[in-house]
Amino acid sequence: MAPDTGGLTLDTAPKPSPAADASPGDGPAVRVRGLTRGFGGRVVLDGIDLDIRRGEFVALLGRSGSGKSTLLRAVAGLDHGVAGRGSMDTPEHVSMVFQDSRLLPWQRVLANVVLSLPGPNARERGRAALAEAGLEGRERAWPHELSGGEQQRAALARSLVREPELLLADEPFGALDALTRMRMQALLLRLVEAHRPAVLLVTHSVDEAITLADRVVVLADGTVGADVPVDLSGPRESASPAFADLRRRLLSELGVTDAPDEEAPA
Amino acid sequence: MSAPAAGTAGPDVLPPRSARGRRLGPGPRVPGLLALGPLLLLAVWFLGSATGFIDERTLSAPWTVVATAGDLVADGTLPDHLAASAQRALLGLVSGIAVGLALALVSGLSRLGEGVVDGPMHVNRAVPNLALLPLLILWFGIGEEMKVITIALAVVVPIYVHTHNGLRAIDRRYVELAETLGTSRTAFLARVVLPGALPGFLLGLRFAVTAAWLSLVVVEQVNATSGLGYMMTLAGTYGQTDVIVVGLVVYAVLGLLMDGLVRLVQRRALAWRRTLED
Repeated sequence: MAPDTGGLTLDTAPKPSPAADASPGDGPAVRVRGLTRGFGGRVVLDGIDLDIRRGEFVALLGRSGSGKSTLLRAVAGLDHGVAGRGSMDTPEHVSMVFQDSRLLPWQRVLANVVLSLPGPNARERGRAALAEAGLEGRERAWPHELSGGEQQRAALARSLVREPELLLADEPFGALDALTRMRMQALLLRLVEAHRPAVLLVTHSVDEAITLADRVVVLADGTVGADVPVDLSGPRESASPAFADLRRRLLSELGVTDAPDEEAPA
Repeated sequence: MSAPAAGTAGPDVLPPRSARGRRLGPGPRVPGLLALGPLLLLAVWFLGSATGFIDERTLSAPWTVVATAGDLVADGTLPDHLAASAQRALLGLVSGIAVGLALALVSGLSRLGEGVVDGPMHVNRAVPNLALLPLLILWFGIGEEMKVITIALAVVVPIYVHTHNGLRAIDRRYVELAETLGTSRTAFLARVVLPGALPGFLLGLRFAVTAAWLSLVVVEQVNATSGLGYMMTLAGTYGQTDVIVVGLVVYAVLGLLMDGLVRLVQRRALAWRRTLED
């Protein structure tokens, strides 16, 4: 566990430490306590507490600038030199999916998927992961030869071939068209069900959060504004009354009062 | 591509081309078109000599040059000098590339390295190679060592500048990705840094090849007993215009060939890019 400095000044962000003291199987996958982050004197995250159970799918909602990406990057350990304090326990195997697929343009698709993949039979496992993501036969393609949706599939394969205990996703479908996004959401659910990682998904889409997550956390003014479990039985139809109720509630948490009945596809 | 000619496969009706859809890039590659400029130059030379517009004493006619080249090859003069020159150029090129690449990596990947290396490199860049020559002769004598070092010094600069620039232009997002994947330093170097800096390096290589030939001429004309430059200087003292032109043509052909070679490597190695080049 990283030391909680507890001081008033903003120190350099402590690195997330793998939960070495926790034996696998007990305790949450992610435990964040009192996480504070600031940029140039402006506090972006103000004492965030967040637990994510093993295998739990948490969606992180928040208005633009609410600090949801900052929180995700802090959990991923990508915020070198950002001022802050707080403690964080994260699993040893963490994968991240970005809004852009972030495939290295000079490596073919399979080489991208198995980049720095430890263990034997890396290429075989990479092939299997690509097939799972519906990209069988595209192993030798260059990233620029793939469509936007296919690139994001490859990025998902790259994340999941590492069998992460925690999957971090920063608006992974934000740059895709509405149809592709729906297909990718279904793929993500299928893959998450097969591999059972804990998931922290940052999204700006309330519908996406309700459709995918077990729990929705709303960030507001650098703190957790709402923490809402999604208890919808059966298929999550955006037209169902329970779905609409939840959407209205989350939108009001986000400060949208004249909520539309259906979210317009972005 | 322009509209397909009548009778070729393709859609029967193409919408009329409007200014809105005009192609702004150079279009697809036409085979052999890169030889157009050199061929035009040759044609002007040929016509000028045939019509007497170009005086034989000013510039030998193409056929005289070809005959002289034949003689020089037959008596072994040209192959010997060419071999001596090629060896110097190659040695200087290889050592210059190695040093330039190493310095670019040191300077590109570490702030301390940049502080140490970058300044001296730009000093080296600002001082003309010719101006260094007297000093290099004092230090290393007039043997092969001095010649190879002079060439290497000229090669280091473009390799360093363009590789360093290419390396620093690598998208920060890829570095971040490598961090999330737990990439080791070695793998980071091999999979992200080197391929990412490759376009810059190859551009530097094109300049470096030219720089190597240029320096070669200079060092061979200063103090040498072999090499193309020596052959040409000697011909100059005896007023053998044709031999000088043979030397020039050999330089030009070699320069073009090496540049073509680098461009071929470039196209092969950068197949992942989608640019106007392709």
